[in-house]
Amino acid sequence: MGFAVDMQGFYGEYGGAYIPEMLYPNIKELEDSYLNIVQSESFQLRFRHLLKDYAGRPTPLFRAERLSEHFGTQIFLKREDLNHTGAHKINNTIGQLLMAERLNKKRIIAETGAGQHGVATATVCALTGMECIVYMGALDVERQASNVKKMKMLGAEVIPVHSGNKTLKDATNEAIRDWINHPVDTHYIIGSVVGPHPYPDMVTRFQSVISEEIRIQLMEQVGRDYPDYLVACVGGGSNAAGAYYHYMDDDRVTLVSAEAAGLGVDSGKTAATSLLGTPGIIHGSRTLLMQDDDGQIEEPYSISAGLDYPGVGPLHAWLARSGRATLHAITDEKALQAAFLCTRKEGIIPALETAHALAALELITPGTDDVVVVNLSGRGDKDMEIYIDKLEI
Amino acid sequence: MSINRINQLFRDRETEILSIYLTAGYPGLDDTVKLLELLQEHGAHMVEIGIPFSDPLADGPVIQESSQIALNNGMKLDLLFKQLLEVRRTVHIPLVLMGYLNPVLQMGMEKFLSRCSEAGIDGVIIPDLPPKEYETRYRELFKSKGIYNILLLTPFTDDDRIRQISSLSDGFVYLVADSSTTGVRDSVGDHQKEYFQRIKEMNLPVPGLIGFGISNRKAFLTASKYASGAIIGSAFIRVLSEKNTLSLEARVEKFIRGISGN
Repeated sequence: MGFAVDMQGFYGEYGGAYIPEMLYPNIKELEDSYLNIVQSESFQLRFRHLLKDYAGRPTPLFRAERLSEHFGTQIFLKREDLNHTGAHKINNTIGQLLMAERLNKKRIIAETGAGQHGVATATVCALTGMECIVYMGALDVERQASNVKKMKMLGAEVIPVHSGNKTLKDATNEAIRDWINHPVDTHYIIGSVVGPHPYPDMVTRFQSVISEEIRIQLMEQVGRDYPDYLVACVGGGSNAAGAYYHYMDDDRVTLVSAEAAGLGVDSGKTAATSLLGTPGIIHGSRTLLMQDDDGQIEEPYSISAGLDYPGVGPLHAWLARSGRATLHAITDEKALQAAFLCTRKEGIIPALETAHALAALELITPGTDDVVVVNLSGRGDKDMEIYIDKLEI
Repeated sequence: MSINRINQLFRDRETEILSIYLTAGYPGLDDTVKLLELLQEHGAHMVEIGIPFSDPLADGPVIQESSQIALNNGMKLDLLFKQLLEVRRTVHIPLVLMGYLNPVLQMGMEKFLSRCSEAGIDGVIIPDLPPKEYETRYRELFKSKGIYNILLLTPFTDDDRIRQISSLSDGFVYLVADSSTTGVRDSVGDHQKEYFQRIKEMNLPVPGLIGFGISNRKAFLTASKYASGAIIGSAFIRVLSEKNTLSLEARVEKFIRGISGN
């Protein structure tokens, strides 16, 4: 069983491009050109240059001694939190911005939930002088005021979305509608491995620099280029897709995906999409999603704004349902505990999303000599209010 | 099997076919059949019944809002079919269901088409069902149930694809007037006329109706010069949502007569 995307844009039965005809030319243009562009030498030169000198790559692979002792195994943290703008998101926005330049686009649109992808998009647009419009649910605009201000300072226009539940799902709908209305001059930078083909594959490729580096760094540090366990959180799934990329067909590596259980998998307040979701179409992709029996898409819940997406990237739907990835649903409470454990043991305050991956360490049973890599996808600055609340209880 | 009502309509009328879009369950949960009867009475030639969806990607704010209200009213696909079971006793114009793929797939395509047949629905429009997937997976099923599948063309569809799609589309093709979501534009511009003219000169195997951005009699007449008629959605939904002293019946009558000029 292979886990690469097929010629029609499917991972097993998941993926594809379920889009209205109005979007067909945009998607077709991208589909026809993305591989040639990504694989061209001139693109790679500029992409690699910006990853290195602008984003700050390679990010360290850090042997976490005190966490290793705590869990009785060898734990390594892939420090994506040390990227410019504080998360792995910038890998994708640099790649897609360069893609947009090659396609002669003059205008960038993006959706954002908590604002991390919005900031990463606004950042590369400022870097290149590209017009930038970010759609953000009106509720999220209120909840994430500081990221809204950052985007504005970077020169982006932030458009609050009042439709639906006024969160990430609705912001994504609105960005897609904008793209329908601006078919010629605009590129849509999707923030995760979701959306119609070729987005899931394209974003995965831009994020695959993570597993590329893990291979080299593990070889240097432990003398072999693969871990026994590779742990990442999954909302849409871009950091996990990037961390898994070079290991997807390597059975020596157990892939561990942490989803947000919210208040509990059975609580009705959850975002455990791969566990609870059923096959359906969201944002142009056939995947697992939270929906009712009438096919209406439901609003998920998680304490982490980066994980409360009602779908999941089609790659992850396939990894989950084929049994390739082991899934763990992590409650808000367990994620908070793991965030504090990492902070106190290693002096690293992780993002709440990342904390879900760290909490999964409690649920796996590696041996003392096993090598466990956790993708530390982002830093916790944006979550300080929630952490401080917890501290004061 | 008797002739599909859509074919009959295009046989009987070559121009100025007026098709109206409404959202099922809007403004009230039980208004749909009553509105179909009113539209028929006042001269609409065909009606597209929108299946409300939580995430209508191709729709502008007016239809989005009507969908959300319909869902809040309690509209579901299953309920819609129940409401439509008796509709053919009173409504004889062609009826088309228009909706997004996800609710259809949740019901199951075969069951969905069977229930369309039972209710006397003539065709369906599913904008996010790719033509290729329709052709390889569902076309035979549609045929066996006697349901037409109507596909979309846009100003950016190239000539080869126009031919492919129009050969797959039953009854007519839906000509999206401009690359836009519904209800965003409100007139027919020169570059659109060029596109309509190009389509007209291609002599496609099926006639066309122009939709998206047709909101008044002038645009309707312009559209009718290039195609067999037009589809009006957002402008009609706006009429339904108006809060004024006229009754719903009176507003519908006034709007339809205003467009068709009768």
